[in-house]
Amino acid sequence: MPKATAQHAHGWWAQRMQTAVHHGVPVAVVLLAVLLLWYGAAWMLNAPGAIERVLDADVGYTWQELFTATMSMERPLMPAPHQVVLDFWSSLTDWPVDSPRNLLYHVAVTGESTLLGFVMGTALGLVLSVLIVHSRTLDRALLPWIVASQTVPVLAIAPIVLVILGSLGFAGVAPKAVIAMYLCFFPVTVAMVQGLRSPQRIETEMMHTYAASRWQALWLLRLPAALPFLFPALRVGIAAGLVGAMVAELPTGAQAGLGAKLLTGSYYGQTVQIWSALVMSALLGLTLTAVVAGIERLVLRHRGGV
Amino acid sequence: MNISDVSTSASAVPQGGARMAVQVRNASVVYQTADTPVHALSDIDLDIAEGEFVSLIGPSGCGKTTLMRVIADLEKISAGQVLVNGVSPHDARLARSYGYVFQAPALFPWRTVLANVTLPLQIQGKGRSQAKAIAQEHLERVGLKGFEGKYPWQLSGGMQQRVSIARALSFEPRILMMDEPFGALDEITRDRLNEQLQQLWQRERRTVVFVTHSIAEAVYLSTKIVVMSPRPGRIVKVIDSPLADERHLGLRDTAAFMELAHEVREALADGHHA
Repeated sequence: MPKATAQHAHGWWAQRMQTAVHHGVPVAVVLLAVLLLWYGAAWMLNAPGAIERVLDADVGYTWQELFTATMSMERPLMPAPHQVVLDFWSSLTDWPVDSPRNLLYHVAVTGESTLLGFVMGTALGLVLSVLIVHSRTLDRALLPWIVASQTVPVLAIAPIVLVILGSLGFAGVAPKAVIAMYLCFFPVTVAMVQGLRSPQRIETEMMHTYAASRWQALWLLRLPAALPFLFPALRVGIAAGLVGAMVAELPTGAQAGLGAKLLTGSYYGQTVQIWSALVMSALLGLTLTAVVAGIERLVLRHRGGV
Repeated sequence: MNISDVSTSASAVPQGGARMAVQVRNASVVYQTADTPVHALSDIDLDIAEGEFVSLIGPSGCGKTTLMRVIADLEKISAGQVLVNGVSPHDARLARSYGYVFQAPALFPWRTVLANVTLPLQIQGKGRSQAKAIAQEHLERVGLKGFEGKYPWQLSGGMQQRVSIARALSFEPRILMMDEPFGALDEITRDRLNEQLQQLWQRERRTVVFVTHSIAEAVYLSTKIVVMSPRPGRIVKVIDSPLADERHLGLRDTAAFMELAHEVREALADGHHA
């Protein structure tokens, strides 16, 4: 390698390391603070239970014994971080992936309905926004209902949708995806209406001088102009879709899925399992939004000036 | 010139012999506002022959841009008649008879320079490789060979406007309309682009309608200068340039140039006081 290139590469790495440290340090500090607070909360919240159930008040106990007891209870009010990590890890490693004891199994179930709902919601949002932008009548007729739809709590909608779709013979993924879609389509619709209307007059007039059809103006101008509006909505939408899919798993007494896992955990007082499922759903949400953000960066990588 | 377009202009042959690119007769544009109607254009008569370079000049509000927008079917007339290549502006637009250069380059930031120039060709259904070849040639003509793969934001303002000129010419329209295309550029860039535009016109003799508020620009570029005045928007004077068609920037220091500029300035002042 020529010397200049080597130096360049070295500089590049040094820069990368510097940015990593730059961004990493604040994150690490916050993580440390959260862990300390978590341990403190576990100790305080579990202490009464530990005194009552684990320790013998007549014999007496030291504070070290009390601390150890609060950190290792079978069903603590507030599991300590390491308990959650151990439970999380054992669920992934001690059980096959197709076992309900493995959290990845539930991730697959919830992820499937989330993704299906996300795709359906995005498609619905795109269609609605195109209709709204191209027809003044539909703009006036649809938009108030679309906004009103979001004022109904998803928790109230979910059982109705599940019952109706169930009676029509749809079970499993479909009803859950519909509820995920219900939360997904809204941000997409609103952002796309704004995005499709974002081209300036000079740009639409230019298409007019080329005698472009409405369809060409949509495909060549409005849609590409709307992409920077679409992606933030997709990031919000996929996270909302995950919430919808998990909420949909609650009223059915569903056997599988992260929502079902949370519910059974609370039935049986398996607090550690609840927290593991919670951590897993947070990781799933982060992964999904990160994937969308990655696609966004890829698609919009050339628009440096805007 | 495009052979297939000749048939559409057959009806545009006036008595004189030279084919008319644009004919405007008693045209008015009136906007209804809350209190009084605004006469953006009042009783306009104008003939533009094929191959002419016509500048519309006047102060803001004189209707020079409105007149060009009427010709380009971006604005409707309230009364009168407008013919472009012998047909209505609407039909002329559908026949892709003109290319329009706006005040801003209006390049799509998601398209490369080359893809911006192929845009009208793509709309007209040209094949991808053919459109690319045509666009490449037009970029070369405006001196932007080698910039095909760049994105608009990587170019200077002057280069962006040149891309937009290449785009307007990519489908070989018979008329080029330009609405203060260099208004946002610095004077040095503007001079250079004026020179290039003049050379382009000399080579191709395409009809150009050019809106400007710069006297020097109008005199340097035009074969015919249309002086306009506001309230109501009207034509004060039409001056046929006595200058030779072949021009260079040095021309601007000659007596003939100064005299013509003086005549335009007088006409503008007359319109103002009338």
